[in-house]
Amino acid sequence: MHKLPLVIGNRLWQLLPIIVLATFVVFALLHLVPGDPALVLAGDYASDERLAEIRKLYGFDQPLVVQYGLWLLQVVQGDLGRSLLSSQPVLEMILHRLPNTLLIATYALVVAAFVGIPLGVLAAARSGSRLDSFVTSIASLGVALPSFWLAMLLVLHFSLQLRLFPTTGAVYFTTDPLAAIHYATLPSLALAVGVIAELTRQVRSALLEVFNSQYIRTLRAKGLSRTAIVWQHGLRNISVTLLTLLGLQVNRLLSGAVVIEAVFAIPGVGTLVSYSAINKDFPVVQGVVLILVTMVILINLIVDIFSALLDPRVAEAS
Amino acid sequence: MNVLAQSHGRLTLPGENLLDIRNLCVFFRGDSGWLQMLKDVSLTVKPGEVVGLVGESGCGKSLTALSVLNLLPLRGCRRTGQILFEGEDLVPVSESGMRAIRGRRIGMIFQEPMSALDPVFTVGTQISETVLAHLNVSRKEADERTVEALANVGIASPRNVAAMYPMSLSGGMRQRVMIAIALICEPRLLIADEPTTALDVTIQAQIMDLLLELGSRTGIAILFITHNLGLVAESCSRMLTMYAGEIVEDGPVQDILARPLHPYTAGLLGSLPHRQARKSRLSSIPGRVPSITEMPSGCRFGPRCSYAEPECNAPQSLLPLGARHVRCRRHETLSLAGSGHE
Ligand SMILES: Nc1ncnc2c1ncn2[C@@H]1O[C@H](COP(=O)(O)OP(=O)(O)OP(=O)(O)O)[C@@H](O)[C@H]1O
Ligand code: SF4
Ligand SMILES: [Mg+2]
Repeated sequence: MHKLPLVIGNRLWQLLPIIVLATFVVFALLHLVPGDPALVLAGDYASDERLAEIRKLYGFDQPLVVQYGLWLLQVVQGDLGRSLLSSQPVLEMILHRLPNTLLIATYALVVAAFVGIPLGVLAAARSGSRLDSFVTSIASLGVALPSFWLAMLLVLHFSLQLRLFPTTGAVYFTTDPLAAIHYATLPSLALAVGVIAELTRQVRSALLEVFNSQYIRTLRAKGLSRTAIVWQHGLRNISVTLLTLLGLQVNRLLSGAVVIEAVFAIPGVGTLVSYSAINKDFPVVQGVVLILVTMVILINLIVDIFSALLDPRVAEAS
Repeated sequence: MNVLAQSHGRLTLPGENLLDIRNLCVFFRGDSGWLQMLKDVSLTVKPGEVVGLVGESGCGKSLTALSVLNLLPLRGCRRTGQILFEGEDLVPVSESGMRAIRGRRIGMIFQEPMSALDPVFTVGTQISETVLAHLNVSRKEADERTVEALANVGIASPRNVAAMYPMSLSGGMRQRVMIAIALICEPRLLIADEPTTALDVTIQAQIMDLLLELGSRTGIAILFITHNLGLVAESCSRMLTMYAGEIVEDGPVQDILARPLHPYTAGLLGSLPHRQARKSRLSSIPGRVPSITEMPSGCRFGPRCSYAEPECNAPQSLLPLGARHVRCRRHETLSLAGSGHE
């Protein structure tokens, strides 16, 4: 395991160009919008003086690379600019809403992992059985179901009919954890279904591949129980696939949150970004995208580190 | 069946068979019904004996070996006949019953040492988990036995190797680890399915010597499956020849080498060069093994046999001949050349 620092260093080095590229794309977001960025920022009815002011303020008269450098410098110092609508600092706005988004995403991921992984293992361990075909077909259905539709079904059944959960809104986790979880349950379930389905399918197929390996025959020939073969050797062998998969699902959950937050009227970054986009509040959109991209990159780094810890072959390869 | 063997389950009297396979048939489910992969395979192994099973690729050697431990695919596969081990028939034994036998009373090693070990567990874990699965010992004791077992298979620094992952070991080392796993619970029978085929020639000799040395030291019986007749000549007391899912000849190695009774065995011997016996492969018989779907109704070797007659188009049965058996109606009239080996 003394290889670990090496692995991390290696990954960070490889990540550098990705970070530069990603931040540049986020920065250029404003410039990709057709037309004069100053016009975009100032809105349709701005006076000429206001436009000149904005150009100066944002440095649009400078070359793009210089602008990028200056912007990055500010970002690193935690300055993501101010909202065009409310003139609140963007970072503050995001940090205020991020906990709500993280709560439903984490909740959904945990539920999905605890349901999806065992289902996939079960289906693979009994591949070809009726249980397997049942699980597989339900999973195919689950992948195809749109989450907003599921969300509406859940609300209809569990809030409006059974009155078990609130229909909309959110409570801050720091204010009242139990109430927060109560409010987050339906949105998280709506998000989790697709992830459960995806995890079930992928875990099943990865495990089936492992079960076809020669070493599984050795394990049987040693007299190991099926439980030990499936849950110890099987799961450990697909752990890297599984981690990568979970990392990808986080991306999916974060983007899925935009829709689900809208359905449940949750004040999260999802609603923030859609509201800001509609109202052309570009600094906020830029800030949210930047935060999400950073989270995705970080999660990938964590996945890589754990992969190296779990599988000697990954550590060897890097 | 012997009364003693039955009541105690694990005893064999002197001279009695440790393994006694009787009329084993194996079927796989095909697109249009069951396909018979093995037909009436019978073979015996006595305690402490080394028995060779030879035949060309695809003739069913591995299927026979896997059948004994019921390691065939879990679905779409069926066995009939009897597999008596220490007097107990293994064919009807449940999966959980077989678990107590695999690795404990019968050990097995495979052809492909490179892929036979789990890549994400250390060698030591893979050996000690076998001990823990079968014997009521502490983890510490299992670890000690693991180191001991690695030393026994000729690994110089067993403690270091125990902490290594399979990918950092050579093919020969991995096969040594496989042998350690197979023998750690001191089974009475070892099934070695082409244990040296995938290795370099020099390593082959080392592994073979190790197996035979461990065999004679512990008194374990070995069913040794191979392509290599030279290895059989050196190491086995009895041998069986297999062709297209059937046993075609069976007897003491010396007798068969001196005077084979079946034209197929003679063909195999013809491809055995005298001096570099160890390197020889079976390849010099013209033609190919018939596929399972186009099996001749008469003698299965007929299409490739240079002694075939029209009468050979009837199914051949395994004829007893003293200590030997042969599946050829012309065995008395033919005078086939041996290897000149002994
Ligand atoms: N799981 C399986 N499903 C279908 N057919 C199989 C399966 N395993 C083996 N066979 C077939 O059974 C026949 C006998 O195979 P087997 O592996 O016993 O041959 P072998 O004598 O061990 O050959 P080799 O020397 O190449 O190892 C072959 O025709 C093979 O294609
Ligand atoms: S029975 Fe006939 S065809 Fe078959 S091996 Fe004997 S001689 Fe050849
Ligand atoms: Mg084989």
